[in-house]
Amino acid sequence: MDNIQYILNGMVREALSPQTAAVAIAVIGLNIHFGFTGLLNMGQSAFMLLGAYGFAISIWHGLPMILGILFGFGAAFIFALILGAPTLKLRGDYLAIVTISAAEIIRYVGRSALLVDFTGSAQGIPGSKYTTAFDNLSFFGNGSFTLIPFNYRDVADGAAWVRVIGWILVVAVITLIVLRLRRGGAFEGIAQAALTALMFVVGIFLIFFLFPVPYLSSEWWVRFVAWALVFACTAVVFLLVRSPWGRALRGIREDEDAIRSLGKNVFAIKMQALVIGGLFGALGGMVYVLSSSVQPDSMGRSLTFFCYTALLLGGAATIFGPVLGSVLFFAGRIGIKYIAATYVPDSVMSGQQTEQFSYIVVGVALMLLVIFRPQGILGNKRELRFNV
Amino acid sequence: MPRGVAGLVLALLLAPVLALMSSTAAHAVDTLCLPDATHGCLAGTLRTEDGVLPDVTITVTDEAGAAQEVVTSETGKWNLRVDKEGPYTVKIDESTLPKDLVTDGEVKVTSKFGVTIPALITIRTENYSATTSKFDELLQSSVNGLRLGLLLALASVGLSLIYGTTGLSNFAHAEQVTLGGMLGYYLINVHGLGLWVGGVLVVILCAFSGWLQDRVLWQPLRRRGLGLTQLMIVTIGLSLALQYVYQYTVGARTVRVVQDNPEVSEFGPITITNQSIVAMVISVVVLAAVGYALLRTRIGRATRAVSDNPALAAASGIDTDKVIRLVWTVAMGLAGLSGILYALVTNGIKWDTGLQILLLLFAAVTLGGLGTAFGALVGALIIGLVVELSPVLGMPGDFKYATALLILILLLLVRPQGLLGKPQRIG
Amino acid sequence: MSDQMAQPTAASGMADPAARRALTGGFAPEPGSAKPDPILVVDNIVRQFGGMTAVDVGHLEVQRGLITALIGPNGAGKTTFFNLITGFDRPTTAGKGAHWAFDGRTLDKTSASSVARAGMVRTFQLTKALSAMTVIENMMLGAQDQAGENLFKSMFRGTWAKQEREIEAKADELLGRFKLYEKKHDYAGSLSGGQRKLLEMARALMSDPKMIMLDEPMAGVNPALTQSLLGHVQSLRDEGMTVLFVEHDMHVVRHISDWVAVMAEGKLVAEGPADTVMSDQAVIDAYLGAHHDTDLGDDALLTDEAIEELEEEVAAEREAEEETK
Ligand SMILES: Nc1ncnc2c1ncn2[C@@H]1O[C@H](COP(=O)(O)OP(=O)(O)OP(=O)(O)O)[C@@H](O)[C@H]1O
Ligand SMILES: [Mg+2]
Repeated sequence: MDNIQYILNGMVREALSPQTAAVAIAVIGLNIHFGFTGLLNMGQSAFMLLGAYGFAISIWHGLPMILGILFGFGAAFIFALILGAPTLKLRGDYLAIVTISAAEIIRYVGRSALLVDFTGSAQGIPGSKYTTAFDNLSFFGNGSFTLIPFNYRDVADGAAWVRVIGWILVVAVITLIVLRLRRGGAFEGIAQAALTALMFVVGIFLIFFLFPVPYLSSEWWVRFVAWALVFACTAVVFLLVRSPWGRALRGIREDEDAIRSLGKNVFAIKMQALVIGGLFGALGGMVYVLSSSVQPDSMGRSLTFFCYTALLLGGAATIFGPVLGSVLFFAGRIGIKYIAATYVPDSVMSGQQTEQFSYIVVGVALMLLVIFRPQGILGNKRELRFNV
Repeated sequence: MPRGVAGLVLALLLAPVLALMSSTAAHAVDTLCLPDATHGCLAGTLRTEDGVLPDVTITVTDEAGAAQEVVTSETGKWNLRVDKEGPYTVKIDESTLPKDLVTDGEVKVTSKFGVTIPALITIRTENYSATTSKFDELLQSSVNGLRLGLLLALASVGLSLIYGTTGLSNFAHAEQVTLGGMLGYYLINVHGLGLWVGGVLVVILCAFSGWLQDRVLWQPLRRRGLGLTQLMIVTIGLSLALQYVYQYTVGARTVRVVQDNPEVSEFGPITITNQSIVAMVISVVVLAAVGYALLRTRIGRATRAVSDNPALAAASGIDTDKVIRLVWTVAMGLAGLSGILYALVTNGIKWDTGLQILLLLFAAVTLGGLGTAFGALVGALIIGLVVELSPVLGMPGDFKYATALLILILLLLVRPQGLLGKPQRIG
Repeated sequence: MSDQMAQPTAASGMADPAARRALTGGFAPEPGSAKPDPILVVDNIVRQFGGMTAVDVGHLEVQRGLITALIGPNGAGKTTFFNLITGFDRPTTAGKGAHWAFDGRTLDKTSASSVARAGMVRTFQLTKALSAMTVIENMMLGAQDQAGENLFKSMFRGTWAKQEREIEAKADELLGRFKLYEKKHDYAGSLSGGQRKLLEMARALMSDPKMIMLDEPMAGVNPALTQSLLGHVQSLRDEGMTVLFVEHDMHVVRHISDWVAVMAEGKLVAEGPADTVMSDQAVIDAYLGAHHDTDLGDDALLTDEAIEELEEEVAAEREAEEETK
């Protein structure tokens, strides 16, 4: 029982971590690229890295935070223009090839010893150099606390049955939410929207009840901002894709030539999509480094692939897919790692190897997902016969 | 057919476990230092472009500052057994050096149990440093570029053929290159096979892995009607899984196919290892053979027909599935060959070597024109030269890969179909 | 040629058959002939694929307000020609003498989308219905100048909701005419081949084009619907739209076209009113075949004499061919 509680605790901590939120934001951007427009951006990690660099370097060199944010966005904006200009008129593969290459290049350049005063080269930029300004904005006060002081230990001394019932409830609520989202119309009309929102609140309350995690107030602050941004981004994407602009995006995903024959400037729309998605990526990158440090190697090709896995898991071309996918992806990976560490003896798999094992599972899961359930959890199979 | 997929998945999941059982055993080598499970070796040869340097004292200092000294032998060789894993500083005692030599004097290496880590310190005669003209440097880099280009060509021809016949951009292709190097390490370094026997075996195993992949994965998926984008993401998943399988089994270190430091030959201003020469010859021969097969044999012509227009080829009686199976087999064999040669000439291979190579492969293939085998060849040579020459021509070394990308982007702007590609049909 | 002949304006249309006949009677029935009021003028368009010349058109004018048919054997280059003038492909001679202009505007360097915005909208031989979108979404994509397609306005529903309703009403009306209204909310991918052709045509009309270019619009459409669509195409012409279409069904061509252009092996080989062109020996040889007037599906043909006669002719033709070799 304690093992299970330990593993679940780990999963919940990972699911709520600001880095999960950051990746979710990047995945929301990737969803605009890949899900809605069909752009094969294989360099989302570079957008993140550029956002992070722009943000961290500016603040480190004494600029106000707001300028840092603008520089982060600006870098991603220019990057999108440079990558899009030669490739968006060509077949989809070219964008994939150029973005994946450019992302690696950005990483190499960031690691370059020549730039040590800016990027900190391979060591990166430690968080202490740039997070103060952000932390100062916190209104969470000081100290350490759990978000909901009342938790499972307060009921029957935290007996096993309390937890089992709680978990069942959590799973039930999440399943219900997923079913509602899949069916569609979960936000149509005030009553429906209120019901869905209520379910979210209950679910979140239950999770904090079952997995009471005490954090420093600054850590709560990062988490709060990160998740607030996730929901803001989701709302923006919701507004964007149900508009005629979003319709044009989906048309382009289906058949560019058809859209061109209808007089739409396909290149411009694709470029807009690339830029918007890239800006989300940059925002994700800034959030990603808020709670840690800027490490070029942590934002490499693998991160892009994780973004794809999360996106496909949740469901490409859906509104909530990126968020659901990111949460499940990170929680699931940590779950696999902890399970391997807890139940597989060290002689078979060392501690180091459990980490790698979890990534092998991620790779295989990505393959299986695309083969057997390309629409992911929330997606619509008929809509998503993606082809470029 | 899903069972085939499941089988592959199972195999992938089991691979680390299996590989673990054949754990990294001690190596039989002819140096005096024998690394084992609790010891590692550091070794090197001191030489200038004029010859080896005997009787030079070398100080090896560990992290804690404890120093050990060795003296180079008559052949300039030295080695040292260490009992800790971690960083060491290898420093030449310059007072024991003959006069008129220039050297950076020290190098940092990280020791590992069970292996010999090379510690190479560059030493040049003073007039060498003075007289090495820009031109000589250019010549040397051109040769290096040609070498890199040929190795890239081996892999990218396969990548291009796969793209041509199936429309798939295989993101896992570079991991196949790594596989070649890794298998070379296991067979030759760990299990002590001869270089030639081991090399041939590596190529055969890699080719077989291509056959198997198409048998259990790609062909069933094609039959299933998976879109190209979906297939591409499957290759991404495969690449991710393979990378971590390598890391799981070998770890994050660089492994070498052979233990000893390579012999060097000199042609005027050009210094090149004998291994490199052999590797280049092998590449040229193999590439020529592939080219000949494509142009002159029935199956080669069938391959090009399928590349041109799969539907038409199928309609005119070509068994496209058979052609594609063959293409996968050959392409993976070539990638494996490229991998083991790469590991030999660059002194080692790592789990993420593929990361860097993939970028160059894609650049080469796109430069030449997606799907054209000969375009890939040309593209690879250009990319190889660009990467090696750009530092000489003033690009900071860290940015040499960026030059390749820059060229790619510029080319796409003016000639999107690549050097040898054809534009496609609309409507 | 009578220059003083009443040149009907686009607004008034060419609803009167007699007026049309009088107009086309004034055109010279030869390839590349001049028209009094051409909406499309093409010069020196050559497109080569490798060594093969797919299109080589020296001069072609398309009269405003008429239905012009473009016919020719398979592989004659009709689709490629469409691609070239609508900006989906570039002539090999681009910048070396190739010129084409639509409605007085040079299109030599214009992109496909700008061509469509200028008022020349096309359909594709292999339909490009957006199959993962619904029929109505397909239709709404056809409308021009949508405020909601601006990235910045799109977030604010208020700026485009009204226009959206108007577009939808128009789409409904067109869907009704093309017998697709019941399928409004179905995925376009679930439509039959013929229905996709219809959808594509209806979608093209959403933009109120000046000229519509149809690549084999009737292929795969059932006879009854073909009838009503032909009526529809004619009424578009009567409202002033110019139509250029490719079609292999000679009955259709004869029935609705005012003017016919014939392509073979990339070249424009003949022009003229349908009847004149179809009795032209060169056209019969290159394209129609000696029996184009006979309905090969007609049972009356199956009498012994008819078959013998046919066989003799075929044999004679073959001999003639062998002699020329
Ligand atoms: N992208 C291309 N690459 C090579 N050849 C092409 C290409 N597009 C067209 N062709 C060739 O150009 C010629 C003309 O083709 P096109 O499609 O224009 O004919 P068409 O007149 O439309 O025929 P159909 O009546 O059968 O539709 C054909 O021989 C075709 O094979
Ligand atoms: Mg055609």
